[in-house]
Amino acid sequence: MRESMEFDVVIVGAGPAGLSTACRLMQQAQQAERELTLCVVEKGSEVGAHIFSGAVLEPRALTELFPDWEERGAPLNTPVTGDEIYLFQDAERAKRIPNSLVPSSMHNQGNYVISLGNLTRWLAEQAEELGVEIFPGFAAAEILYHDNGAVKGIATGDMGVGADGKEKSGFMPGMELHAKYTVFSEGCRGHLGKQLIAKFALDEGVDTQHYGIGIKELWDIDPAKHKPGLVVHGAGWPLDKDTNGGSFLYHGENNQVVVGLVVDLSYSNPYLGPFDEFQKMKHHPVFKDTLEGGKRVSYGARAMTKGGLNALPKMCFPGGLLVGCDAGTLNFAKIKGTHTAMKSGMVAAETIFAALQTDEEGGKELNAFTEALKDSWLYDELYRSRNFGPAMHKFGTFWGGAFNYIDQNWFKGKLPFTLHDNNPDYAQLKEASECTPIEYPKPDGKISFDKLSSVFLSNTNHEEDQPCHLTLKDDTVPVKRNWGLFAGPEARFCPAGVYEFVETPEKDDMQLQINAQNCLHCKTCDIKDPSQNITWVVPEGTGGPNYPNM
Amino acid sequence: MKILVMVKRVSDPNVMIRVSADNSSVDLNNVKMAINPFCEIAVEEAVRLKEAGIASEVVALSIGTSQSQEQLRTALAMGADRGILIESEGPLESLTVAKLTQKVIAEEQPGLVILGKQSTDTDNSQTGQMLASLMGWAQGTFASKLEIDGESINLTREVDSGLQTVRLSMPAVVTCDLRLNEPRFASLPNIMKAKRKPLDIKPIADFGVDLTPRIKTLMVETPNERQGGEVLSSVAELVEKLKTEKGVI
Repeated sequence: MRESMEFDVVIVGAGPAGLSTACRLMQQAQQAERELTLCVVEKGSEVGAHIFSGAVLEPRALTELFPDWEERGAPLNTPVTGDEIYLFQDAERAKRIPNSLVPSSMHNQGNYVISLGNLTRWLAEQAEELGVEIFPGFAAAEILYHDNGAVKGIATGDMGVGADGKEKSGFMPGMELHAKYTVFSEGCRGHLGKQLIAKFALDEGVDTQHYGIGIKELWDIDPAKHKPGLVVHGAGWPLDKDTNGGSFLYHGENNQVVVGLVVDLSYSNPYLGPFDEFQKMKHHPVFKDTLEGGKRVSYGARAMTKGGLNALPKMCFPGGLLVGCDAGTLNFAKIKGTHTAMKSGMVAAETIFAALQTDEEGGKELNAFTEALKDSWLYDELYRSRNFGPAMHKFGTFWGGAFNYIDQNWFKGKLPFTLHDNNPDYAQLKEASECTPIEYPKPDGKISFDKLSSVFLSNTNHEEDQPCHLTLKDDTVPVKRNWGLFAGPEARFCPAGVYEFVETPEKDDMQLQINAQNCLHCKTCDIKDPSQNITWVVPEGTGGPNYPNM
Repeated sequence: MKILVMVKRVSDPNVMIRVSADNSSVDLNNVKMAINPFCEIAVEEAVRLKEAGIASEVVALSIGTSQSQEQLRTALAMGADRGILIESEGPLESLTVAKLTQKVIAEEQPGLVILGKQSTDTDNSQTGQMLASLMGWAQGTFASKLEIDGESINLTREVDSGLQTVRLSMPAVVTCDLRLNEPRFASLPNIMKAKRKPLDIKPIADFGVDLTPRIKTLMVETPNERQGGEVLSSVAELVEKLKTEKGVI
């Protein structure tokens, strides 16, 4: 029997969305002099351990939440000082696009180059000061429902279960956390969010969701090359014309830069490896000149939800709300999701607090949230950028980019029609027989690296003796279908070397080996598996990467 | 009997660390910190003794920066009754820590002090031994088994040649090895309760212990990267390589 605890609100995931929800709830409670019990669970070993983002922050939501963030010491230390956008033609050449031709959504004046990990840690301090209880190392493993179907809360995962499913010494059963309202802010493709969307058909009547995978590294560079606040974006090479995505290089503080690549998971060639594309990309002079002589400090990867407004599911259901990237509030035209995730959390907090003021019981479906969201700047922003992603998918990087320039700069995103892309990412993968294998250059150990040495830098760690958290619906599918038809794409789209196809001991066939300890919790496998056979579930709490200032 | 258990905040042993740019120290900026794993074993042992009805109170002591409160809270969540933090700015040497602990012992009068055998950051393995000497108490280091027998402790030590069992009279100092126990997970309700348990913070200056360092760190360097091996096809080739490339024969 699991023990249970009662709260007014339980929040799943201590990221920007969840912590903004928590802070805003407590601010209102203090103002109204009302006691409010609030609990945030976080699967990472500490707050910030699983936070992974570019990041350039638009401070709008933060300023609304904490107008005095500067005095409170928020880690926004590097204002953007310059924007450079390149169209990469090949391994050597790149065209810098004049600022006047850049879609206005991609201008960054007034924004900051930040470490989202550090901002999140700071937000957690603010939340705790406001009286929020945050519990890192506890993964929400299961959604609990009332008899009437409303969400009742969550249960944290059991600790101390062996790989064979049996209890080990020191076994500790999970806890049931009951709440009047439960807020799910797990980030992109949250494993509970996915269940909620399915159970309550939240995505009915909206476009298919689309995703990208972002891979990035943190580097210490030669101080002579460091230009704090410089933001570089690129499109084109190394991705082919059928593959969307973009590269970035941000100069942060302390002689550090982040360099990364986002590859849309709508890519079609199963031989493509986002990790390998990224390693190859760094050899372009635009990046190499900055990185040369520097030292790589950290590495990580995370999927991102980029379908925008067209694919935004309904975010409320009886007893709870879905916020941030768990729903998909990222503004793809700005390539930013933090301010929108925070805002969605704040609106959620306001809706929940108002509901609790009039109805103590909770457990209702907060349709008021949908209305409040529509009235907020968040909706306006997402509406204006609704065509950005679909245009890139439909017309490719160049013509899509041109469309976006006209749409964003001339019409401010208010063109009277909406583009759609309803082919899910996993279904866009072509069979290997229709595609050309891609030969990637060997890493040089200075600018580019292999997968395993990269994963090592993510500090990812999982208790070894536990059930595999990458579950297969059908054990025969990986070899029969994924290997047979698609040449085993999971070995390539996984940025952490979790999936490996190896020969069976009898050497007569292939088998899939899952190195679950390597997992970075990026969720790409759950999204891109062409057979939709892999389901990502939470491992034992504290497992996963331990990102520093990522 | 009261047990004093010591807790140190160190960089999480699962996490990579880097040498600072000027080679003066390890760069701990943005590095995840944790309770020293050997200290965690010490806390677990103390809590088990309390649960067995042998100890009446478990007091956790940490000497370090203000953030060490987090590790003390971990100890409290595991079952320690209260915490004491002697707050200091910079790193301290083992002898200083032992002398500060001596002062705490004078005040708290524990019958048993349990520590980790070493901390994973500096790997000194000194504090327990120094403390026992300063106190003139019996010491049992590298413990893998501990049994209280009236006023004595039967203690199994992990030594180079195998296991050694010693009998100590209390009060005593015990340092733990890895196999002594398997620390528990702190449960959610216990973490919540731990937030309300007493935690005294005392400035280091109040103890009148000389903090002047006796050791000077000259340089901190990363170990050399391992050179990749090479498979050769014949003995002749090996001899040739050893002669020409390596110049060893």
